[in-house]
Amino acid sequence: MADDRLVARLVASTCATIERHAEELTALDQAIGDGDHGTNLKRGFKAIADEAADYGRMDFGSALRKAGMVLVMKVGGASGPLFGSALMDMGKIAAEQPRTSAQAATLLQAAVDAIKKRGKSNIGAKTMLDVLVPVQAAVADSGDIARIRVVADVALEATRPMRATKGRAAFLGERSVGHLDPGARSTTLLVHAVCDVLEGI
Amino acid sequence: MTGTVSIVIVSHSPEVARGAADMVRQMVGSDVPVAHCGGNPEGGLGTDVGRIKTAIESVWSEKGVAVLVDLGGAETNSEMAIELLGPERGGNVVICNAPIVEGAVMAATEAAGGSDLKTVKATAEDFQS
Repeated sequence: MADDRLVARLVASTCATIERHAEELTALDQAIGDGDHGTNLKRGFKAIADEAADYGRMDFGSALRKAGMVLVMKVGGASGPLFGSALMDMGKIAAEQPRTSAQAATLLQAAVDAIKKRGKSNIGAKTMLDVLVPVQAAVADSGDIARIRVVADVALEATRPMRATKGRAAFLGERSVGHLDPGARSTTLLVHAVCDVLEGI
Repeated sequence: MTGTVSIVIVSHSPEVARGAADMVRQMVGSDVPVAHCGGNPEGGLGTDVGRIKTAIESVWSEKGVAVLVDLGGAETNSEMAIELLGPERGGNVVICNAPIVEGAVMAATEAAGGSDLKTVKATAEDFQS
């Protein structure tokens, strides 16, 4: 795989997985949110996919910033600014694509920081951070792809017994217990989509 | 500084946003500029960062802009829109932690008297039904 195709492959992989799982994400969100997570993300990632050719010609940082701004403007729910700010802040520090797992971990830390700031949240509140924080740690730790996938899946499942204290699900209090968090699920899907690209699937 | 603080109403529903703005105009008059927006980029329930930013710009006032929001995503998207205005202009816009309809009416009432942004925000947030 030529490195200059990485951005195009990331765009294709992430957009395809969101498209494929949109109904599942919406169903999860209907249980504890307002039922629009799948349709919102689908709209945002479709807008990225529509300009896929442009991304293939951009440097890594510019592509991240552009994709982030598209999500901010197109998603229509809180997940737009959350994922969008994460991509934009990663793009600000990534002149070129990461070559080592340490560099990738630094990028992911920027994403974690952006989402914490934008969502005024932290781990344990039944959000996307409950997946992204352990995934970032796993990347920093070893960068082993198979392990990163397992860490994401385990972290996602760990959101099920959590009681939501952020977002719409917080209104439900105890009733949010027993459901996977939709944002944690979409984050896990995106982690797998990136892993797919890195493994050349 | 002349003029008044402006009001922007951001709801998930275009109808709620328009209705709240209508109530403000009827109860407070037209001295206070009021903009409203609701709906996601496709027109369904949700909010739209681009249109929130446009709404703020449409009633821009040197005295500041007070934004009233309904639920979580409206707040997050409004914060994003304010950030996109840049630090200088964005610093002159605040989100009021208040119920959208009552907060908008209280904020506009305070603004109509020429109060500054801090006072307008405090009045909206002090409202107790």
